Amino acid sequence: MANSLKFYYDFLSQPSRVLWMSLKLSKTPFEACPVALRKREQLTDEYKKINRFQKVPSLVDNDFHLSESVAMVRYLAAKGQLSEQLYPKALKDRARIDEYLEWQHSNVRLPCGQYFRDAWLYPANGIKGKPKPEEVDKMIKAVNVSLGSLERFWLDKEFLIGSNLTIADLFGAAEINQIKLCQYNVNEQQFPKVAKWLDRVRESSNPYFDEAHQFIYKNSQQAVKAKI
Amino acid sequence: MSTAAPGPGPAPAPSPVHYYYDLMSQPSRALFIIFRLSGMPFQDCVVALRNGEHLTDEYKTNINRFQRVPCINDNGYKLAESVAILRYLSAKGKIPEHLYPKYFVDQARVDEFLEWQHMTLRITCALYFRTVWLEPLLTGRTPKEDKIEKLRMQMELNLDVIEDVWLQNSDFVSGSTLTAADIFAACEIEQTRMADYDVRIKYPKIRAWLKRVRQTCNPHYDVAHEFVYKISGTGPQAKL
Repeated sequence: MANSLKFYYDFLSQPSRVLWMSLKLSKTPFEACPVALRKREQLTDEYKKINRFQKVPSLVDNDFHLSESVAMVRYLAAKGQLSEQLYPKALKDRARIDEYLEWQHSNVRLPCGQYFRDAWLYPANGIKGKPKPEEVDKMIKAVNVSLGSLERFWLDKEFLIGSNLTIADLFGAAEINQIKLCQYNVNEQQFPKVAKWLDRVRESSNPYFDEAHQFIYKNSQQAVKAKI
Repeated sequence: MSTAAPGPGPAPAPSPVHYYYDLMSQPSRALFIIFRLSGMPFQDCVVALRNGEHLTDEYKTNINRFQRVPCINDNGYKLAESVAILRYLSAKGKIPEHLYPKYFVDQARVDEFLEWQHMTLRITCALYFRTVWLEPLLTGRTPKEDKIEKLRMQMELNLDVIEDVWLQNSDFVSGSTLTAADIFAACEIEQTRMADYDVRIKYPKIRAWLKRVRQTCNPHYDVAHEFVYKISGTGPQAKL
């Protein structure tokens, strides 16, 4: 039964990493189905049968096909296939996590994702030229606004929602780590809480965190300096 | 507003959920319609965005740290983000199952849409609305034609997905009956009326689906969209 779960992902995709780490941390068996975005495998007709939106990640549970990472988290949690620490059942704790998961789309994912796409993905794949310096500045500014909001609204405690690692932290850290590819480093003076939090998220979810981020580390040439 | 603090001890008689909203905001309308359809009593707390009521320190400290609408206060528990609010109230049994299913497989289908829409439908419709309608109103400057054109194309890429994928084989976005997902989507699309965009011209399935959504949600749908109809000078034909 458990092995009927197929997970389609690419470590270059932020939410793919989140789901992969969550499944590993939850010790949920699954069949790993890598989809090489760099080879545009997601655009084949075959993959369209897996995911009608032709995106990663995707979840196939017997004949139930699901896209959208947050929807997957909730589905797996309902099935008891996600650790309760990552996505607690208690009403108010869960609502606070949901608040973050909904908030992050346009407040973290959007600025980080846009920066990644325009400053790394498109130029690296010859889809578009390198952005102009003033365009880069604008994107960095948006990212900084995002990190500022994390400091102000979400990081009073060790983690985004209280004192334990939850799924919200994995989503947040995966987005911010993505822009290492653009050589963006979190400024510890400007964003001290974010910097410390990122370390904590990594420590709390290793060895899976580093495994999922291997590609990012390698290609940003800032492989974490043998910290762990 | 409620000042009751959460905590142990004998619970005071709960007061209805305080709902902070402005019907000019798409997710505010969505929740308003959902609450009305659910027959859920709520304390009406209108926040006039046009007067900057959400920007005061008082609002930030006592109502919503993000200074946005919609949000709720449930006997001292403050929550923002419309989809999180929907899930919270559903878990409390305030939202009927047909709008937000309890069975996890059906719920996942609704969640899939609610998560999909943020970075696609919502962002592009909202940006179009803001650039074409709101910003000229605030700055007195008209946006350039090519900018409008680009935003319209981005928005239509996502309307294409609604037309061709979400509504491909079903009457509603998550299946054969209306759910919260349809209400969120419709409120987003209705917003573009104010920017003189008529979704009905290019998209026959969306046109028919919007009619179904309105019909299923009325009279609450029209109440929620009164301003949109008035400001845009358009409305369902019955009203013209």
